[in-house]
Amino acid sequence: MSSQIKILVSLGTCGIAAGTTPIEVALRKEIESKSLSDKIEIVQVGCMGLCHSEPTIEVIDVKSGKGTIYGNVKVDQVPYIISAGTTAKAVGCEEIEKSWYYPELEKNPGGKDQARIVLRNTGRINPESIDEYLANSGYEAFKKVLTSLSPEQVIEVVTSSGLRGRGGGGFPTGKKWAFARAQMSDDKFVVCNADEGDPGAFMDRAVLEGDPHAVLEAMAITGYAIGAKTGVIYIRAEYPLAIKRLEIAIAQAKSAGLIGKNILGKGFDFDLQIKYGAGAFVCGEETALIHSIEGHRGEPTFKPPFPAVSGLWKKPTIVNNVETFANIPAIIRMGADWFKSLGTPNSSGTKVFALAGKINKVGLVEVPMGMTLRDIIFKVGAGIKDGKEFKAVQTGGPSGGAIPASCLDTEIDYDSLRKLGSMMGSGGMIVMDEDDCMVNVAKFFLEFTLDESCGKCTPCRIGNKRLHEMLEDICNGKGTQETLDKLANLSQIIKDTSLCGLGQTSPNPVLSSMKFFENEFSRHVKDKKCDAGACKNLITFNINDKCIGCTICARNCPVHCITGERKQKHVIGQKECIKCGVCFDSCKFHAIDRA
Amino acid sequence: MTILGNGVVMGQQCQHNCGCLASDLLDQMPKEKAELEAFMNALPLTEFPERNRGFLIESLHKAQGLFGYLPEAVQAFVAKKLGLHLSEVYGVISFYSYFTDVPQGKFKINVCMGTACFVKGADKVLEEFKRYLHVEVGQTTADQRYFLGSLRCVGACSLAPVVMANDRVYGNVTTKMIPDIIAECK
Repeated sequence: MSSQIKILVSLGTCGIAAGTTPIEVALRKEIESKSLSDKIEIVQVGCMGLCHSEPTIEVIDVKSGKGTIYGNVKVDQVPYIISAGTTAKAVGCEEIEKSWYYPELEKNPGGKDQARIVLRNTGRINPESIDEYLANSGYEAFKKVLTSLSPEQVIEVVTSSGLRGRGGGGFPTGKKWAFARAQMSDDKFVVCNADEGDPGAFMDRAVLEGDPHAVLEAMAITGYAIGAKTGVIYIRAEYPLAIKRLEIAIAQAKSAGLIGKNILGKGFDFDLQIKYGAGAFVCGEETALIHSIEGHRGEPTFKPPFPAVSGLWKKPTIVNNVETFANIPAIIRMGADWFKSLGTPNSSGTKVFALAGKINKVGLVEVPMGMTLRDIIFKVGAGIKDGKEFKAVQTGGPSGGAIPASCLDTEIDYDSLRKLGSMMGSGGMIVMDEDDCMVNVAKFFLEFTLDESCGKCTPCRIGNKRLHEMLEDICNGKGTQETLDKLANLSQIIKDTSLCGLGQTSPNPVLSSMKFFENEFSRHVKDKKCDAGACKNLITFNINDKCIGCTICARNCPVHCITGERKQKHVIGQKECIKCGVCFDSCKFHAIDRA
Repeated sequence: MTILGNGVVMGQQCQHNCGCLASDLLDQMPKEKAELEAFMNALPLTEFPERNRGFLIESLHKAQGLFGYLPEAVQAFVAKKLGLHLSEVYGVISFYSYFTDVPQGKFKINVCMGTACFVKGADKVLEEFKRYLHVEVGQTTADQRYFLGSLRCVGACSLAPVVMANDRVYGNVTTKMIPDIIAECK
């Protein structure tokens, strides 16, 4: 007898880190002990995107397809969940409302903010089972392409869908394919860029861990469209689970005859291999990525020639990002017009964002392009943590910029973000509140670029170093108005003269925060004050008369620099104080001033 | 006497003075050497040396997984197998942050410095680790036990700030938890 209830357990990297595995073990034990094995089936799925409530599980009634999601599940709640089944709500468990719908299967039922195309299977099917993928229209697009479309027609569909590169650049995907198609060459390559290096973005990992076959299917379609026989997936070595699931998926697709020689008897050959990165952010740039696959240092080279003309092993090569690929099968199945019906005229479809930072609902969301930042942060993300005030949101990671509250009503697409001096990037969205110092955050991003600059071109290697030194001066109270002028000037020079995308965008965080948070910069240089209290050399901690001598600060101080008798006012030894702020955070009587 | 390149002689003490006898490492660890050799012999090498270079990074991943780091003798071994110069292999190792040619401590403590962790105070956590272990980032304690590093985003942004001690992930880390995290490294 087939099971009546399915329980989906979210087992992506972050789910596992949050403790989903013990929940799964407890569920299996409970099912065993109640002899319900023939009625209830446990399915391991990828990330549901609900990072704020991990561990999460979903209980689904197989017949009606209706499901209930429980969040923050604890092991002792498992018996209640099993006994409630699908007929009742489990006692004492936190239920989470689904805020998304699947445009491919249904019209927006109303009240749903998210539309899932890229994440259509992620968190819904077992990523290690090709049968589940096949049961959810898997490889249908590939079969359709092989049996009824010419390569030119495939490119035409993708071009007219308006799909643009989701890795950040936003180059029209169909156009890129057409370039590669037009090249006469005995050998061509399809490369999947899974070197997700932007700190704070993890959508590609979620797709690879939750729905690897979608990427394989799309790569095979691309191969057919441009005339390539080989696909290469370049993935970060830091993603062991994604690598494992990709390996399983490739082996399954091979034995199902969907990858290999003479696929479906149509005379089309396509093979896939995985190549590993080794920790270099610049390898997300396509020419650098190609050099890395070839076993070289991952340094970018000047374009043109573009990889579509001369790429891997000097052959025409298409490099697309994971999220871009994940859109392809849906576009082929449903058509270009369907895809265009979502999003804005210049940016069709949806975009996956990784919401993180000081936001209530941290997680992965997929929304139609054109949604406002305000809706994403305050509706989908449920606003700022601890009721604090929103200050800025950083999109595009170290290549993007900080967007202030005054621009929250911007409708997000590639062009609107660029106008604000930021960019779409891969989709990381870091929300900052009143406690974050924008000078310090700009310095943080520059530290990252400095670390990751490959050193090939001078503006990026030396220019960013100088920028960082200036920001350091400002944070240490040594900055002057002249420093600010130099900072702006040099930033522009680096933008104009760097070789690759990394250098050309590295000053964006500095320039955008100087533009939108000018006041904060001038407070640092003129008054030598950091109002957010983040720049250590510009703040001091002092104990005021509200101190009742409870000694909690003295006991928590990591350097033991707070002295005083019990029930008497304490004193902070300024010389020894490392300004870590532990006393400030631990005092319950507001007796510590930060100034 | 075998000269490995850069004037290093097989059997010499390594340049780090850590007592690891880097050049002898391959012979000291015959099982690992055999495994690396078998791995590299199984690579589908072609007649085109340039294309064979494409196997360099995965070979180095394999080697570092076996030996823990990539001393010169291992680099020379890989270089020879793929028909490359030692300098070319070293060029690749020095470029990618994942590879290291110095031995690392037994316990690897890595503080995530991704953006989400940073805005939630990862810098304070890292400072406290530095103070507590008396090392800088990228260094190993004098007793060769603890390596302190920072990494960029493990993708557990909801648990920020995050610390990884070997394979264990600690979420919502505060400076107070640091002695316990170190004590739990066993």
